[in-house]
Amino acid sequence: MSIEVDRAACTGCGRCADICPGSLLALDESGAAFIARPERCWGCASCVKECAAQAIALYLGEDIGGLGGRLTVRRDGPLLHWAVRLAGGETKVITVDGRDANRY
Amino acid sequence: MQEQGHNKMTPVSALRTCRVETDLLIIGGGTAGCFAALTFCKHSKGSVLIAEKADIRRSGCLAAGVNALNAYIAPGKAPQSYVDYARADAEGIVRGDLLLTMSEGLNEAAAELERLGLVILKDAGGGYAMRGERNVKINGENIKPLLAEAVRRHPQIRVLNHVNVTDLTLRDGAVRGAAAIDVRQPVFYEIAARAVLCATGGASGLYRPNNPGFSRHKMWYPPFNTGAGYAMGIRAGAEMTSLEMRFVALRCKGTIAPTGTLAQGVGARQVNARGEVYEGRYGLSTSQRLLGTVTENAEGRGPCCLRTAGITKGQSDDLLRAYLNMAPSQTLRWVESGRTPDVADVPIEGTEPYIVGGHTAAGYWVSTARETTLPGLYAAGDAAGGCPQKYVTGACVEGAIAARAAARALAETAGQQGGAETAPPAQSALAEAEGFLRRGQSGEQTDALEEEMQSVMDEYAGGIGQGYQCHAEGLAEADGKIRALEARAGGLGAADMQGLTWIYELRDRLTLCRSLIAHLAARRETRWPGFVRRADYPAKDDAFLLYVNSRMQGGEVSILHRPLVGEAETYEH
Ligand SMILES: Cc1cc2nc3c(=O)[nH]c(=O)nc-3n(C[C@H](O)[C@H](O)[C@H](O)COP(=O)(O)OP(=O)(O)OC[C@H]3O[C@@H](n4cnc5c(N)ncnc54)[C@H](O)[C@@H]3O)c2cc1C
Ligand code: SF4
Ligand code: SF4
Repeated sequence: MSIEVDRAACTGCGRCADICPGSLLALDESGAAFIARPERCWGCASCVKECAAQAIALYLGEDIGGLGGRLTVRRDGPLLHWAVRLAGGETKVITVDGRDANRY
Repeated sequence: MQEQGHNKMTPVSALRTCRVETDLLIIGGGTAGCFAALTFCKHSKGSVLIAEKADIRRSGCLAAGVNALNAYIAPGKAPQSYVDYARADAEGIVRGDLLLTMSEGLNEAAAELERLGLVILKDAGGGYAMRGERNVKINGENIKPLLAEAVRRHPQIRVLNHVNVTDLTLRDGAVRGAAAIDVRQPVFYEIAARAVLCATGGASGLYRPNNPGFSRHKMWYPPFNTGAGYAMGIRAGAEMTSLEMRFVALRCKGTIAPTGTLAQGVGARQVNARGEVYEGRYGLSTSQRLLGTVTENAEGRGPCCLRTAGITKGQSDDLLRAYLNMAPSQTLRWVESGRTPDVADVPIEGTEPYIVGGHTAAGYWVSTARETTLPGLYAAGDAAGGCPQKYVTGACVEGAIAARAAARALAETAGQQGGAETAPPAQSALAEAEGFLRRGQSGEQTDALEEEMQSVMDEYAGGIGQGYQCHAEGLAEADGKIRALEARAGGLGAADMQGLTWIYELRDRLTLCRSLIAHLAARRETRWPGFVRRADYPAKDDAFLLYVNSRMQGGEVSILHRPLVGEAETYEH
């Protein structure tokens, strides 16, 4: 369970580093975000949601049966468009409306 | 008011001291801490300082979001019904006074959260739609940012984000502040306060987790809630209660995501590998539901699942969205494997044990007003004991009760010397921090000691590996090994503030392990077989219808037994 940063997409805003509840992210000398200890990640996706550039993706470690999918999210007002990019390249999008409560 | 630092990590050798003063210091800006800050300001003009190791917008249990408000009194029910439920679930070991005062405030806390912007599902009549008798359905994805925003807007409240409190500071036996380190900047904080609230949550990471490899932090309880609040209290001599009532959660295999949404939301039953529904056979209390799964696995009928296969595609899609609001990893698993809950049952397992006063009764021993045995120190939420099944709303209520008590106490002592003049020195804490830094990098070693601690606890103090069983001889062995690890941890070194924080996290977990082991040894019966089984005392013994409490004095844990307190009483120390 962890996250990875797409350095090419990262704008160096530092918001992910501020938000992580474990303070696991920092900016490197070139100003891009990095996670030095990915195995310390809780998988809460706070950084994923905080990154306006969608440069951070959540994945499941192979030790817990992860299959290489990458989860990112794009915010659009109250809507969160979550996208799972499967290892094979296909992307599935699930939209959650923040104004709706869970049914369950 | 919020303060932000920059994000670069720099090697550190010496610390700059920063002195801060406040009327009320809140350690931990989580659910209870934020709610307490807001409540205090309704009852006092005094200043509030929240010291939070992360950023209050996404810290603690609520970081990923939650799925429901698990504690609510349904229309037509009385708060006493909640007390009765929680008492039965905990086999009697609860504080009636704490449960009742919490239950009386649950619905107001829910209403306040709704006023702050939380979306709550309504029924046809405009009331809250209930899930079962005690849960309210919400969109809990943004519950923490909402609380944080209310705090940020309040002029009386100052937030120090990324400040990790390490020790309480005392004068004449009373708590008068705290020592802290910045987790990113080379700064040491000496905080002086007229009252202090400990709201640091519970403790994860004491035991070897379900997934000890790369995904070791993919646990249910936040890996960043390390029991610091308990540990600083224990070291200062505070009385603790019921630590032996550990919490073991029943969770989705691998992702350790919550299962309540499946069990209660779509009525998924527990089934074993043969397809038999087993959940009724073991009883339906929290501990019994877990025991069922553990026993089915131990007796060779695992793996166990929640039966979801056969639900509609629409229900499945709703579940995928619901999990994105609280445990996105589970939705990722469903989508990437193609085994969505309508086509495949969801495998479940028991987690490693946690100490969490919002689920069981473990934590600080507090008065009805939530003051600890250390004058001037209050506790609320997962840090406070005696009052299980608090969840989000209960943590809020406890924060509010403690905040009102602190406001009253401060009004009574108004005009007396406060703040800086009475700030006790924190030099020993500073010297300790600089000592760790002088020794330089040894990150590997901190990790290694942590792993060793988790192995010891797993093997000798009833972890997953032992099917949650322990016995007197094993516990004595565990105590010796944890003491040895404590000695070794004293010699660790760190090159930067994050490394230093990790040393403190290990130190705090070791302190808590010592007390936990003493509690496990003292309760010579098996009361909650799902949470912990004493192999040498396998039956429930009503001679133990009492609280097992403890206090650390001179480095040794001493146990006290206290008689049960009912809801008719107001308990003062
Ligand atoms: C994954 C998960 C899902 C849950 N789902 C639900 C749900 O759906 N419904 C429900 O009602 N309840 C749920 N709960 C329970 C509920 O969230 C908790 O009981 C409640 O939030 C606890 O509040 P707290 O303030 O005690 O702890 P927290 O909210 O965790 O706050 C503790 C704070 O203290 C900070 N801290 C810790 N140590 C230090 C230190 N040394 N210095 C400074 N700061 C420190 C932490 O960073 C954190 O911000 C869930 C819990 C978890 C873990
Ligand atoms: S939030 Fe995104 S863009 Fe900003 S620093 Fe982090 S990864 Fe880069
Ligand atoms: S997923 Fe959560 S714990 Fe992991 S790096 Fe992002 S914010 Fe930190």
